[in-house]
Amino acid sequence: MARFAVRRIGQMLVVMFAVSVLTFLIFNVIPGGDPALRMAGKQPDPGQLKIIREEWGFDEPVYVQYEETMKKVFTADLVSYSTQQDVIQEIWRRAPRTFALALGAAILWMVFSIALGVFTAIRAGQFSDRFLTVLALIGISMPVFWIGALMNYYIGFKWGILPNGGYVPITEDPWEWFKHLLMPWAALSILFIGVYSRILRSNVLDTMNDDFVRTARAKGLPERQVFLKHVLRNSLIPIVTLWGLDFGAVLGGGAILTETVFDLQGVGQYAAESVDQLDVPPVLAITMFGAFFIVLLNTVVDILYAALDPRIRLN
Amino acid sequence: MARDPADFALEGPAAISAEAGAPAEAGGAPAAGLGPWRLALRRLKGNKTALAFGALFVVLVAMCLAAPLYADHVAHTDPYKNHLTEKIVIDGKKTNVVSLDGIPIGPTWEGKFFLGADINGRDTAVRLLYGGRNSLLIGVSAALITAFLSVIVGAIAGYFRGFTDTVLSRTLDVIWAFPVLLLGVALGTALTISGLDLGPIHVSGDSKWVPILIIAVVYVPYMARPIRGQVLSLREKEFVEAARAQGAGHLRIMFSEILPNLSSIVIVFFPLMVANAILLEAALGFLGVGVQPPEPSWGTMIGDGVDRILSGPHLAIVPGAMLVLTVLALNVFGDGVRDAFDPRSKIRLEQ
Repeated sequence: MARFAVRRIGQMLVVMFAVSVLTFLIFNVIPGGDPALRMAGKQPDPGQLKIIREEWGFDEPVYVQYEETMKKVFTADLVSYSTQQDVIQEIWRRAPRTFALALGAAILWMVFSIALGVFTAIRAGQFSDRFLTVLALIGISMPVFWIGALMNYYIGFKWGILPNGGYVPITEDPWEWFKHLLMPWAALSILFIGVYSRILRSNVLDTMNDDFVRTARAKGLPERQVFLKHVLRNSLIPIVTLWGLDFGAVLGGGAILTETVFDLQGVGQYAAESVDQLDVPPVLAITMFGAFFIVLLNTVVDILYAALDPRIRLN
Repeated sequence: MARDPADFALEGPAAISAEAGAPAEAGGAPAAGLGPWRLALRRLKGNKTALAFGALFVVLVAMCLAAPLYADHVAHTDPYKNHLTEKIVIDGKKTNVVSLDGIPIGPTWEGKFFLGADINGRDTAVRLLYGGRNSLLIGVSAALITAFLSVIVGAIAGYFRGFTDTVLSRTLDVIWAFPVLLLGVALGTALTISGLDLGPIHVSGDSKWVPILIIAVVYVPYMARPIRGQVLSLREKEFVEAARAQGAGHLRIMFSEILPNLSSIVIVFFPLMVANAILLEAALGFLGVGVQPPEPSWGTMIGDGVDRILSGPHLAIVPGAMLVLTVLALNVFGDGVRDAFDPRSKIRLEQ
């Protein structure tokens, strides 16, 4: 277990390093991306530009700039180029919103995917299976910001059933918090439910034909136990992998569209806003933040794996 | 591989070039896959749902291709012309195309403004069809480039293994660790501002090549991984070993033994890739880094519609519905293609 943990931490550091270099490069190889030009306002004079460049270190070679920026990331005094805000503080402020969105949506989509996947697999070929499969495909084919905006307009604005956009901290008013998050959770889950339930359905159907299932039946286990302990447990393995990757991505600010459309002011929305301003420091910090969660959740998945499939050992 | 051994005797490995590989590939593919291909086609023919949705996609494409005809002969306008100050007659009443407080008319269900106008008084139906041309063009081109790059990367990584594989696979992993959209938006913002210089080729910031290239690159890891896996197993097959024993070089083995056998995986991926590319184009358009105005695309139209949803929900519903229909058609058809090429999943469906 200790060796496993060390390997995972090593892996995380490598991925975070690579992601930060890639982010830095994307923004630095772009000629139009000179941050000094944007800071200096509409009609910059050369002297002013020079001062800004020296002050922020833009005149240094790229690798020195990278080093300086990374130092600031770890000492938490990274400052945005465009708003001069403290980046780490801003991420810290927004993180609870993103976590709330990710956690609720992940539970919602997992529960519904399993229910839908199992139901359609049991009813394979029947009308209800075909109908739900088409629904799942429609879910996969919808852009999340589109369905989100329509929900916002009809449920939130027109009929006034739920608040349209915004966020209320859970410490302030748990009921309002829940009401504000209900639509974002639903919108974000639709796509995942579509993908997961289809995968689960085909996995269940595959596993039902496996030899060990026949053995389980032959030794007289009740059908219910055969399904839960043998079929479902094995069919869940690929779903758990995907769930880890996707949950990690949403936690790390990957739900850019959902956060933007419902104006949740989460980390993902911060990323979208910063990218729009070509503001490197926040984007850099957020991509590393995202990579951290992706690797973290991968680790969780590996542990879950070992629990689901006793043949897998962590070392 | 039923291949005449004389072939190898005639062209020694030294004479092999990419050009020599191409005809060999063309000759090799049917011999290698005649059975499976026919079978797949027969299975696809039996899947009425997939065929119906495939036909729906063809109809949607045809509609978008016919956009100029519709614009000239039915709507009598073009996708850029604004009719802000004009009035049209609906039910015998003269109505402003865009009311004085900026609310555009909704669908008239007539030739002009069939699906209403946008806030600039432009004909939504006309823009929808022209936008579809852009969205489809971007989707298909991006998917083609993704397939091309993935085959190159996947084949090289899987075939040579070792250090090459490690470098390529880790690079793909890093791209994968990025949220797709964040990477797309970052590249998009950067490129729309400054354009792109690839040696002698210059791509300007408002070119459609910007979203095409971004989408193509972002999806490479998703397709290259399974291709690499396929190549890893192909290279151990007897026919590759036979070719190697006969003295075929890497290029020859790559072009006449490995690549023809990758065609089915590419075909299975392609419709689904186009669907994903269209969705990503929409997301980039929504975030303002896709197709640049005044050019329409479904993504930018949905983006504008969502921003102005209060002045008329049809602005968001119309392009969104069209996009969902197209992507759905591709997904159902793509599923059918996959089932046709992968008999196991077909057996599953018939249970």
